Order: sequence, then C-alpha cells, then structure tokens
Amino acid sequence: MIKSKILEELIDRWLTKVGTLVAIFITFRGHNAPGGGFAGGLILGAVFVLQYLAGQQPTIRRKPILNPERLLGLGLLLALVTTATPLFVGGAPLESYIWSITLPQIGKVKIVSSTFFDFGVFFVVVAVVLMVLTFLGTRGGAISHEPTDGAG
Amino acid sequence: MVFFAAVVAHFAVAVLALIGLRRRPVIAACAGLVVLAGTALVVATQAIGATSAPRKTIEWLPLLGFNFTFQVDGFAVVMALLVSLLGFGVLAYSIAYFEHDATFTRFVGLFMAFAGSMIGLVLAEDLFTMFIFWELTSVWSFLLIGLHDKSEVARRSAVRALLTTGAGGLCMLVGIGLLQNQFGTTSFAQLREAAPTGTMASVAASLLLLGAFTKSAQFPFHFWLPGAMAAPTPVSAYLHSATMVKAGIVLLARTAPIFGDTGVWRWWVVLAGVITMLIGGWRALRETDAKLVLAHSTVSQLGLLTVLFGIGSPYATYAGVAHLVAHAIFKAGLFLGVGVIDHELGTRDVSKIGAARRSVPVSVVAIGACLLSMAGIIPLFGFATKEKALVALLDAEFGLVGSIALWGIVAGSVFSVAYSVRLLHALVRTPNDSASHDEHHAHHEASALVRSTLAAPVVVAAVVSLGFGFAASTVGSWLVSPSSALDVKAVSKLALWPGINDALLISLVVIAIGAVIGWKAPLEDNSAQQPQGERVFDAVYDATIAGAKRITAVIQPGSLPIYVGVTLLLVSIAPLSATFVDGFGSLSGLTSGTALEASVSIIAIVLALGVAVLQSRFTGAMFLGGVGYAIAALFALRGAPDLAVTQLLVETLTIVVFLLALRAMTRITARPVARFPQITRMFIAATVGIAIPLLALAARDARTAPSASQEYFARSVDEAGGRNVVNVILVDFRGFDTMGEIVVLAIAALGVANLVRAAEQHRRAAISVKEVAGS
Repeated sequence: MIKSKILEELIDRWLTKVGTLVAIFITFRGHNAPGGGFAGGLILGAVFVLQYLAGQQPTIRRKPILNPERLLGLGLLLALVTTATPLFVGGAPLESYIWSITLPQIGKVKIVSSTFFDFGVFFVVVAVVLMVLTFLGTRGGAISHEPTDGAG
Repeated sequence: MVFFAAVVAHFAVAVLALIGLRRRPVIAACAGLVVLAGTALVVATQAIGATSAPRKTIEWLPLLGFNFTFQVDGFAVVMALLVSLLGFGVLAYSIAYFEHDATFTRFVGLFMAFAGSMIGLVLAEDLFTMFIFWELTSVWSFLLIGLHDKSEVARRSAVRALLTTGAGGLCMLVGIGLLQNQFGTTSFAQLREAAPTGTMASVAASLLLLGAFTKSAQFPFHFWLPGAMAAPTPVSAYLHSATMVKAGIVLLARTAPIFGDTGVWRWWVVLAGVITMLIGGWRALRETDAKLVLAHSTVSQLGLLTVLFGIGSPYATYAGVAHLVAHAIFKAGLFLGVGVIDHELGTRDVSKIGAARRSVPVSVVAIGACLLSMAGIIPLFGFATKEKALVALLDAEFGLVGSIALWGIVAGSVFSVAYSVRLLHALVRTPNDSASHDEHHAHHEASALVRSTLAAPVVVAAVVSLGFGFAASTVGSWLVSPSSALDVKAVSKLALWPGINDALLISLVVIAIGAVIGWKAPLEDNSAQQPQGERVFDAVYDATIAGAKRITAVIQPGSLPIYVGVTLLLVSIAPLSATFVDGFGSLSGLTSGTALEASVSIIAIVLALGVAVLQSRFTGAMFLGGVGYAIAALFALRGAPDLAVTQLLVETLTIVVFLLALRAMTRITARPVARFPQITRMFIAATVGIAIPLLALAARDARTAPSASQEYFARSVDEAGGRNVVNVILVDFRGFDTMGEIVVLAIAALGVANLVRAAEQHRRAAISVKEVAGS
C-alpha cells in the first residue's frame, strides 16, 4: 500500500479525473481511431487499480462503488438492447443506424447506434475489473491473513 | 381458427393467474371457468352437423418439416369435451377445496396451463405437435404433484413422475424422428397411407409405445401414478385419472391403425395392458387409503383401455372410446367424492370412511353410484361399456394374443368388481371407532356453500353415469363419430340390455366372484411397504447419481496443473495432426521482420524462459507481464494500434490480478507432485511450443479465399459509419461475437465473486465449529 499523502492526493485529485475523461474519450473515439469500449473500460479499470493500490476504495466523485454487479448487469443489458432493437424495426441484429444532429455551439454531431453497444462493453469491462478488485483484493485478501491451519 | 384461440385463451388465464391476479385467485379461477365452458361450447357447436373435420396447420420450422397441425375429428371432439367439461367441474370444486390455502393461485395457473396443453394434445393431427403438448403436460403434472413443495414426499413423487414420463417422452421423440426420417411425415393420416412396415417401423412403433406406457402408467412404469397421489385431490381427479394419463391412450388410439399389424405391436400392448390390469387390481384390493385404492384402480382401468385401443380391432376401438368416456366420468366423481370425505372427516382410511354417511349422505350415495359404474353393474354406464368390451374381444380373431386379452380382461374385471365392492363395503359399514369422527368434525365447520360446491361435481358425475346408462343407445350413437374417426370400420352401438349372450353370462360370473372377494377383503391392511416399482426406480436413480459423482471425481480431480495440461495437449493435437496430413508451412516469412522486431522478439523469448525457470512466483508474474508487453510492442510495430493498446491494458490489469491472487499463495512454486512429474510437464510444454508455431506458419499459407478484411474495409464507413475498421468489426460486423465475449467476461467475474463468497462462508463455518468445540 502506498502510504504517501502526496501520492494519494495526486491520484485522488488528478489521475482519477483525467483517467475517467480519457477512458470515456477513448471509448467514443473508438469508432474512427484506435480505442473503443474495451480499451476505454480497461483504462477506467486501471484508474481503479491505482486507487486500490493507494489504499482507497474504488470511488467515483468520492463515493465508493458498492455494487459492481449492478454495473455488470447494466452493461450486459445495454449491449443486449442495442443488439435486439433493430429486430423490432425490421433490421438485422446489431445493424447500425446513423443519425446526424446539429447541436448549438458544437456543430454537427454524428451518432452511430453501435456506440451504445460499445458503452455496454465499456461498463462490463469496468465492472469485471471492479469485481476482481473487490473480491480478490479486499475480501480475498482477508482470507490470506487467516493463519493457515490444517497442518497444525 | 377458433380451437387454436381456445388453447391460447387457457394459457392467457394461466399467465393471468400466476402474474396478474396473484392475490385474487378466485377471480382467476372464475376466468378459467369461463374459458373452459366456452371451449366446451365451441367444441360442441362445431362438432354438431360438421360434415368434415376442420384442419389447420401453423408453420413453425417448415424447412425441417416441423409444424403444428390440428384436426378436429370426432375423437378429438369427444376428448376435448371431456377435458373442458371435467376441467370445469374440477376447477369449480377446487375453489371450495382450496379455501384458505395459499397455494391456490399457483394451482389455478398450472391447472389452466395444463388444460390448454391437454386440449392441444387431443386436437393434434401430427406426432410432432402431439409431442410438444405431451411434454408440456408432463411439466405441469410435475409442478402440480409438487404443489405443496415443502413436503418431501410430494417432491420425490413429482420427480419420479417427471423422470418416468420424461424418459418415455424422449423415447417417443426418437421414434418420431425415425418415422420422419423414413417416411417424410409425422402426420397420422399420411403415416396411415404410408403403411409403414419392416424393422424401422417396428422400432419406431416400440419407441412410441414406450412413450404411451410411461404416460399412461402401464407395466413396468405403473409405479409413478400412485405416487402422484401426493398431489391435492383436484389434481389427482383431473390429471391422474381423467385426462393426462389418457394421453398415452390417445397416442395408442391414433397409432394403432397405423402400426396394429406391425411386428410386435399387438403382443406388446396386450401383455403390458393385462399385466397392468392385474397388478393394479391386486394393489387396489390391499390399499387402506381410499385415494390410493382409486389410484391403483386407475392403473388397472388404464390397462384395460390400453388393450382395447391397442389391439387394433374396430369393435374393441369402439368399446375403448365408450369405456374411456365412462371411466373419465366415474373416476373423476370418485376422486372428488373421496376429497369430500377427506375434507369432512380428515381421513381417507377405508376402515373409517363409513362415518361419512351420517355427515355427507348425498355425496356418499353419489360415490356409491360411481362405484357401481366402475364395477360394471346394470343400469350404470360402466355396465354397457364393459359389456361392449367383452363382446368385442369375444368376436375378435387374433388367436393366442386375443385369448390372452379376453381372459386378462375377465380377470381384471373380477378385480374391478372386487375393489369397487370393497369400497362400497367400507362406506356402508359403521366404523369401529366413531370417536375420531367427532374429533375431526370439530375442525371442519365448513359453510353450507362450500359443502355444496364440493358435493355438486360428485353428484353430477353420478347422475351422468346413471343417465348415460339408461340412455346407452343414444350415447352409443354419439360415439360412432369419434370411434370411426380412428378406424372407419369401428361403427357399433351400445345397449343397456344387450339380451342374454356369452358376454352377459361372463359378466354375471365376474360380478358374483368379484362381489364375494370384495366383501370379504379386509379393510384394515397391513402391508405398508413401498411398492416394488418405486424401489426399483429409486435404486436406479440413486445408482445414476452415484455413478455421475464417480465420473466427475475422475474427470474433475480439482488439480489445476492437470486441467491445464490436458487442455494444452488437446489444443496441440489438432494443429499437429493437420501438419502431418497437409505438410509444413513454409519458413520463408521468418526473415521478413525488421531488426527492431527481432530484438523485441528476443526479449520476449528470454522473459518467457525466465518464467519457466524462476522459483519465485512474484518474479515469475512480473516476467510474464514483460512477455505480454513485448507482444504488445510487436503489435504496435506491425501496425495494429488497437490490438497493442488493448494488449497493454489487459497485461497491466492481469499483473495486478496475479499479485492479488499471489498474496494467498506460497511464495515459491510448488514442487511437482508424483502423479504429474516434471518430465511430463516438460513434454507438454514442448508439444505446445512446437504445435502453435506450426499452426501459425500453416495458417499464413492456407489462405484460399480473399481476406475478409478487404470487404470490411469497403463496407465500414458506409454501413457502420466508422473509420476504425477493427472497432466496427467488434461492434457491428461481428458484434455477436463481442456479445458472447462480454457474457463470458461477466460469467468469469461472477465466478470469482462466488468462489470468494463460498470461501468466506466456509471459513466462517469453520470458525464457528472451532468456537463450539472450544467452549
């Protein structure tokens, strides 16, 4: 565990925020440049790993994430809904739909339906990392501190 | 098609009862009554004056030839009427029976689902359609037998019934498959035209018979039906006497005209039916629980129906249809009547039920009438149908097997008279201890409405048995259409008084002998041991479970090195064998890399060797991560940024996970165990090390079609709106794969969570055990 106050501050104030932004950026960017939901999810996962190594609970805006299973379900649901929705409008599963809308100040934005699928992947990956950290890290760790008996 | 709508309406009420009206089961039950009555009305109005049998096919998997085909012929009409009218009576009865019982909601839902499936089954004009509904009824039956799921007996009985009928259903499916394969159809009419003969037809027919015998509780599968009496009375009355167990009979009725003359068919059905008739009759004479007496008598009567429908003679078929109707009516009345007595006295013991005639005299008289019908006493309907059965078999000319059938039925009839008379005796006798009556009576101060609701269906059954008996010739003319739907020659008539003939004389002797045996038969019996069939079933069941455990212990020893070793060896076999067959790939590409790539590769190789040699787990994990980073670097150098980024991130997280897991393990690698020595490990490692590069080389040269990526490049921007083709493949073109992968990821994460939770629980249990031991 990292005991340094400065490092803790650094991680808490900068790395978490920047890392989260980068992760979301990478996910969005994936459609046209290297990146995507998988990479983005892993980056956010790496942020949580850093928090963990700094001796903190994985947090978002200082609130601990208590239930990664829900995030897992949310991700799967999002991916599933994106997969199945085209079926109801006569398309093939996962067929992409492209919308172009114009937002004030920003300009023309192209939205592709598969982005939602990618965010499903993103959430699943983040949730998997969180669950491994929670269970193998915090709770699994508790097991290892138990003195091994059996021989004695 | 209106009949299909009727089936759907049943399921709709079932869903309503199970989901929408959980707190108001009585309303759901009333909706069910409306649907059942409506179905009966529709069936009756459609059948009257119908010149042809309406037929409807709903395509399901047309390419495989699997469609839902329904046909409303005479037999389907009479069965559908039985299902819906008896369903109406039993459901009305159950409203009173389940008063203050929390399981009523579930009962109504399952009951309606069952009724819908049963209607579908009897309307089916196609083996495959029938099979689907057949299996559905098995499932509902399982759930209904186990309605009181807190009871161990109910659960075990439910499992026995499900496994038995389920196994038969699977045999039937194989038989259907054989027929479909051989004759290209599963429709009854088309199969009859094809007139299957030969070995394949015999095998298929035997498999179908297995299905019919398990469903209709024929020897040697007769044991599950008495066990199913763990279910509440309405379930027993409806599923396990009047309708579901008749499904096997329906199958026999539909297929006997097709297979009647094939090989072993006639012997099979006659022997199974006769043995079942005798076993059921014998057990019915000895049981002390009135409901079990009825259960065994049902088994016995089903044996009779099996013989009549299966033997394949037109008159026997006609007699079978008539007796099927008679049996459904009197047996439903008897089950419900025993339910009334049970509700009143709190006991079904035959030595005590005599007390019921003071408290529920009307019901007892009605039960008596149903019993006389079961015994085949004039003027009840059962007499006319039993006579017809005897006449049909006296006339039939099947040689030895025909004689066995005839004398089997005569012996079976002696039993059926005997157990009916025994129950009558129990009802008219004054029980030894009248104290129990008063004691139970205090618990059952049911309202007059409840009591009359309970009694009404019993009385109706008795009145119908009597009325049909007096109107036997009219009823007989109604039954011509149903039986001629099965076999065009099966046209006959019923009569209350057939005149003095051989059959009548046999009947008189049968009644005389049976009455004496039944009256003398002890009411307080004794042999309270588990039936043979159940014990055999349990032995087979337990042996299967034990065998499965032994096999699991061998193929899943719990040793990680062995799992990994076996998996890796199997993975290596395919590329190695392919290489030996098709030759090696060329080595030319090996020198095409740059110097930078070569040096990264060398780093990777050195690190990998380090992993194999190092003793410390921690350092090993670090080196393994190093290998991964080197691979990522190679990806980047080769122009695959997406792969490189992902590999880098995954590698990082993997190291962290490794370190987390390593905290719970010893610091240095464990020594190889004796049964998995170092030399074996080295052999496996070498095999994989040779096989995978060979695969890579061969794969590079194996291209026969243009690269898929060209097409993806072309379609990426237009169809999926993305310029990063790797990502577009992941989320669009091959999105299904990604979907599967994230599901696997999710399962892995849940697996980790559950393993850790289980370990925690285990530890907690161990601690509490220690504390108990310490204190």
